[in-house]
Amino acid sequence: MLKLDGCLIENGSFSLQADFTVETGSSVAIIGPSGAGKSTLLESIAGFRDLKRGQILWNRGRISDLSPGQRPLAILFQDGNLFPHLTVEQNVALGLRPNGRLSGDEQAEVQNALTRVSLFGLGGRKPAELSGGQQSRIALARVLVQRRKLLLLDEPFAALGPALKAEMLDLVAGLVAETGTTLFMVSHDPQDARRITSHTVLVADERAHPPASTKALLDNPPPSLRDYLG
Amino acid sequence: MAGRAQPVSPWPGAGAAALVAALILGTLAAVALRAETSAGFGPADWAALRFTLVQAVLSAVFSVALAIPVARALARRRFPGRRALIALLGAPFILPVIVAILGLLQVFGRAGWISEVLGLFGLSPLRIYGLHGVVLAHVFFNLPLATRLILQAWQEIPAERFRLAAQLGCNGTAMFRLIELPMLRRILPGVLAVIFAICLTSFAVALTLGGGPRATTIELAIYQAFTYDFDLGRAALLSALQLALTVVAALAALRFSQGDGFGAGLDRAIRRWDGGSPLFDVFWIGTAAAFLLLPLAAVVISGLVGLFEMPALVFRAALISVLVAAASTAVLLLLALPMATAVATGRYGIVELCGILGLAASPLVIGTGLFILIRPVANPTTLALPVTALVNAVMALPFALRILVPAAQDVVTRHGRLALSLDMDKKTFFTRVLLPRMQPQIRFAAGLSAALSMGDLGVIALFADPHIATLPLQIYRLMGAYQMQAAAGAALLLLLLSMGAFWLLDRGGRLHAET
Repeated sequence: MLKLDGCLIENGSFSLQADFTVETGSSVAIIGPSGAGKSTLLESIAGFRDLKRGQILWNRGRISDLSPGQRPLAILFQDGNLFPHLTVEQNVALGLRPNGRLSGDEQAEVQNALTRVSLFGLGGRKPAELSGGQQSRIALARVLVQRRKLLLLDEPFAALGPALKAEMLDLVAGLVAETGTTLFMVSHDPQDARRITSHTVLVADERAHPPASTKALLDNPPPSLRDYLG
Repeated sequence: MAGRAQPVSPWPGAGAAALVAALILGTLAAVALRAETSAGFGPADWAALRFTLVQAVLSAVFSVALAIPVARALARRRFPGRRALIALLGAPFILPVIVAILGLLQVFGRAGWISEVLGLFGLSPLRIYGLHGVVLAHVFFNLPLATRLILQAWQEIPAERFRLAAQLGCNGTAMFRLIELPMLRRILPGVLAVIFAICLTSFAVALTLGGGPRATTIELAIYQAFTYDFDLGRAALLSALQLALTVVAALAALRFSQGDGFGAGLDRAIRRWDGGSPLFDVFWIGTAAAFLLLPLAAVVISGLVGLFEMPALVFRAALISVLVAAASTAVLLLLALPMATAVATGRYGIVELCGILGLAASPLVIGTGLFILIRPVANPTTLALPVTALVNAVMALPFALRILVPAAQDVVTRHGRLALSLDMDKKTFFTRVLLPRMQPQIRFAAGLSAALSMGDLGVIALFADPHIATLPLQIYRLMGAYQMQAAAGAALLLLLLSMGAFWLLDRGGRLHAET
């Protein structure tokens, strides 16, 4: 269970309040007008932005004092999810051992993850030699070996075409269902939210609202969301 | 973004910065303390101050005045070889001073090419020694720099301005007044100040082309106080004077240039509609190219002959120079990489400030201070080579940081979050991400540093005894002994070593625009 307990986040001139709970294993979309603070919210949960007030709890343990790498979560950013000078395998291996060499078992685990995202045999390549969709798959393979209980997506598939993006989202949905991972996903496309999330957090008017049923929210949007959806 | 985690540790860089600051400020303190014991300025010292200022002013004014038409011609003409010529303008930065001087002597000297042509018409030969020789050499080195800086400003004028002015029917003169004059007014004070500051610390040029009571710079006077009189107190007093001058000039240069940097993007020719005679531009580009290329050609031509007349001493000196350059480059990277990393974490601007302290103190001032500090504990001449390597590294540091800091900042912003989210530790980020991603810049900085150290004729002249010499010092000694053939051969060897070291380290000899 992820709990944002009376959180206040400040970013320059604007601030964002968040006070809600997300059940373990659920998939939650974050939707709202651009500039409302969707990414800011995710950055705070991931530990890249300090809270002005409040705390963040995971299964009743306080995580808001931990450094980003210590938190029980994996995050994919809009871009820069891979090190371009490292091979596919090396990039995935960083999810297991960010600072050292892999054991034999761990190497096998990296190969399994690559197979799971249909990249088997491409481990020796550099990311730039692969397509955009394949690059997203590398990052997902790394998320797999990280085995974190919470996955944050800050629109990592935004640069992909519609069909490829849908394919990636389905892959993500399959992976989180299989591992019981809690998914927290920023999106500016309501179709993405409908596709793989059960609940949605609306970020608008300097507030991150508690999760509501995605279908109900999008079928019958409140005024602030209606303006955005058009 | 206070309190935000960083993927790399700033502490090694802060430590390196503290070392550099201690070295520079420590030597300056030694100089200042020692200087008090001296008796004050004599007429020769005032003459040195006057000459230093006069030659620096003249050098700056001539460099800039000649650079304006050259830059204007390069900005508005496209021709084959334009890019190569602009790249060539970066070359004097790493050209050993002593090599250039031999080339200039070959062209402009008493027995040089121009004097020979004059002789055909019964005219008396040119005289290069003295004030005009010093200014000539400084213009040779700084005309290219001034041209690059002014050209950059020219290229930054939006093409739309020229289009608008052309549409309004402005002719050449009107366009110059409307668009180009305001740009020049903005940039010229900075360019003048930078070149003035560079020429203030001139040592090797004054050593070879100046000299005598009427053409001695303060740096040269420091050297003479050392070698002729061994008057440490006077050397220290002169060093204090030199320090005051360079600090004022450096502050002025920083203030006027307002971080314009040495910039990038010099390959774009702006389309112009004001026509103007191409002959005028051809003349300026041709003259500038000849002025830069003829002395280099002279070094190559006379050096090819001299290569076979070099005494074994030259090869020993060459080996020493290679070793000193290698050590200096290693020290530079050990200092500059952690410092650039610290600056990239965003909260350690003072580290960068320590790095550019080297600009304020001249090599001879630091050398004097080190000599004063070392003498009570050891014989300074036995440490001549390590001291030379160290001082060369500190002198290259400001340039290295200019190259490395933006790259480090880029890597930290681009990859820092990912590394943090993966819980990568700081050491791993440094070795596995930062260093590989910065490789082109590291190579470039290392190449510059090696070439600068290889060609340096400064501190080594203070410390060396007659039995030991780097290649530039050996060339100077050969010149002093009138073994011009051997000197020319050694100069060609030095040219090959400097350029070779730069090319080898930078791989492929890519001349980046940052010079």
